[in-house]
Amino acid sequence: MSEHHHGPAKGLMRWVLTTNHKDIGSLYLWFSFAMFLLGGAMAMVIRAELFQPGLQIVQPEFFNQMTTMHGLIMVFGAVMPAFVGLANWMIPMMIGAPDMALPRMNNWSFWILPFAFALLVSTLFMEGGGPNFGWTFYAPLSTDYGPPSTTFFIFAVHMMGISSIMGAINVIATILNLRAPGMTLMKMPLFVWTWLVTAYLLIAVMPVLAGAVTMMLMDIHFGTSFFNAGGGGDPVLFQHVFWFFGHPEVYIMILPAFGIVSAIIPAFARKPLFGYTSMVYAVASIAFLSFIVWAHHMFTVGIPLVGEVFFMYATMLIAVPTGVKVFNWVATMFKGSLTFETPMLFAVAFVVLFTIGGFSGLMLSIAPADFQYHDTYFVVAHFHYVLVPGAIFAIFAGVYYWLPKWTGHMYDTALSKVHFWMSFIGMNLTFFPMHFVGLAGMPRRIPDYNMQFADFNMISSVGGFMFGVTQLLFLFIVIKCVRTGDKAEAKPWEGAHGLEWMVPSPAPYHTFSTPPEVK
Amino acid sequence: MANDGEGTYYVPAQSKWPIVAAIGLFLTVTGMGMMMNSMTAGEDDPTGHYVLFAGGLMMAWMLFGWFGNVIEESRKGLYSDQMDRSFRWGMGWFIFSEVMFFSAFFGALFFVRYFGVPWLGGEGEKAATGMLWPGFTAEWPLMKNPDPESFKGPTGTIDPWTLPFINTLLLVTSSITCTKSHHALRDNNRDSSRNWLFVTLLLGFVFLGVQGYEYYHAYHELGLTLASGIYGSTFFMLTGFHGAHVTLGAIMLTVMFIRIIKGHFTPTNHFGFEAACWYWHFVDVVWIGLFLFVYIL
Repeated sequence: MSEHHHGPAKGLMRWVLTTNHKDIGSLYLWFSFAMFLLGGAMAMVIRAELFQPGLQIVQPEFFNQMTTMHGLIMVFGAVMPAFVGLANWMIPMMIGAPDMALPRMNNWSFWILPFAFALLVSTLFMEGGGPNFGWTFYAPLSTDYGPPSTTFFIFAVHMMGISSIMGAINVIATILNLRAPGMTLMKMPLFVWTWLVTAYLLIAVMPVLAGAVTMMLMDIHFGTSFFNAGGGGDPVLFQHVFWFFGHPEVYIMILPAFGIVSAIIPAFARKPLFGYTSMVYAVASIAFLSFIVWAHHMFTVGIPLVGEVFFMYATMLIAVPTGVKVFNWVATMFKGSLTFETPMLFAVAFVVLFTIGGFSGLMLSIAPADFQYHDTYFVVAHFHYVLVPGAIFAIFAGVYYWLPKWTGHMYDTALSKVHFWMSFIGMNLTFFPMHFVGLAGMPRRIPDYNMQFADFNMISSVGGFMFGVTQLLFLFIVIKCVRTGDKAEAKPWEGAHGLEWMVPSPAPYHTFSTPPEVK
Repeated sequence: MANDGEGTYYVPAQSKWPIVAAIGLFLTVTGMGMMMNSMTAGEDDPTGHYVLFAGGLMMAWMLFGWFGNVIEESRKGLYSDQMDRSFRWGMGWFIFSEVMFFSAFFGALFFVRYFGVPWLGGEGEKAATGMLWPGFTAEWPLMKNPDPESFKGPTGTIDPWTLPFINTLLLVTSSITCTKSHHALRDNNRDSSRNWLFVTLLLGFVFLGVQGYEYYHAYHELGLTLASGIYGSTFFMLTGFHGAHVTLGAIMLTVMFIRIIKGHFTPTNHFGFEAACWYWHFVDVVWIGLFLFVYIL
């Protein structure tokens, strides 16, 4: 056993061959940040083109590839791996486990991703260009009319799916099997709970996505007619299969964020979470509902009236458990001894701005109203409000919250606040005006627009550039914190709770070789 | 350390197999993609074959090496009961992911049968769909496609009570013999376990042979192909993926057969064997679903 207790190996091969949950967590996080910058660069191309009406910078064909790749890279390359990285780092520490349950498979889950994204990004340089049909790759745009590189896009998605499924299996096995004695399910930190549910969602829906892209592959190369009405199939079938994956997928990208925020708000309000049990049940309810609401993405495609009504009401029901969560966070802060360190700033912004995204979601859930909003910038505003100040702000919050634990240093407080305020202002400038242009009818995914939308689009672009540049500051802050900074205590946050704060900062390479006792 | 002091928790040292697996997987799918693209473009570019071959070799090397490591560690007694439970959770959730993969194709089948095809025939509230091909009549199995020029329909379908029924009997029997083999292993009766597993494998391979013959018959005598419209698409994708999974299960069981002969298993420690059995029962259950929804109904 002694040979497994030494520190990390040296050099590059440490990272390639590692079975250590902290190494793999760091790999995930750095990879995710690289993808965040790449996907962000594509967003900058989009915003530059939309700075003014008319076609200025890129061709419409390339614009389509940018919107498609931006979405795919941000969803599968930035947000999901970031949460997996946080899970790798934190779950074993939070439940008192020595490592993840299946450490070698953990390494494989990660190392598939760089290859998958190399394959995906390489399509941009292939003849006919990269995927240009939107991140939702609706048939027949992606089958009959897609570029030849679609084949490689499909296989890249397969690889991402394999990675996600194995990562999720690992998380579930770790949580169910490796908890320290006394760590009952209802004592687990909410981040662990939300990841348990997220992992379940991943295992349930990533294979369905694999099915969807496999049907595409067969339609393209082997003459099947899943999505071709001429052979008795139906393009609408694609949308059903895709969104059966796609809707749980959006909760995959937000549930771990709920967990992070549920750790941070009590820490800086210096009060226990208002209602732990109700939070757990709310997460489970949201996960259940996520399976029965998918067709609200398809209200305008032509589904039977009974379907419209069912999916409309089922979607509205999601507001109930989500409301439970938001009220819980607010009630936790109520009469608390609040301080606003950077993690808390991001967490509070999360609560406010995610709620805005939730409300626009409620508007979109109303089928007759959705006929008006569908495929406009209102939808773009909605999902960016839940993803940017939702998922991504929560990731920032989590990174600032746990950076002292990871690196043993405090980050640069002043710069981190600049990062927060610039991100906060930049993202609101970018996405808030999109509500207005969307309600006024500006369609999404089009490189040109009517003159009447010019002012708001210019504001959006300025905000977008501001948000984009700010993230380079974040990179600087993190690198600075890794290399130097004030020494962090084992528990740098006075109000923080949890096993991760019982170990020194930086956390030793192998955390718990003997399980801690949880009372 | 393990949960309740039941031994040492085994954290494996560095391993080269995951990165070999990642590169192997990358080459495999890239090679397949290149082959498909050159096939559809009508080109004769063999590069994809080489890439796929290299990927396949790497994957095979990885599987032998990685599983070899696990077997070695298990036989050295490095794994605690807790580790064993992790493997069980892992295999169980992996099978659940496979269930969801099949669900996508079953879902597609139900959708086209109960919504897509009837709508094309002018039924329901979406009557406008029916105006696309005015002469089209909805039926199932769909023998005449809406656009028969592009998708020539089949002349017949497979009668469930002939070969598919025999296959059902084969696979259900093989599930029983598999369990027999497991029980024999638990009773420390290695010879009996080996023999029952041999019967299981035999039944599995006969199943695959019958399935192959059925496909030949469908392609050459019934005009029932992947390209014969949605009936052929769902039929071949569902039964084909099932066949692929039977093949995978048979490979797993073959490995277990060799490991029984080598005496790797004890009555209490044989999760590798059990996992392969779980998988085998899973493909059996999927077949029952196929027999019911693809062949009979």
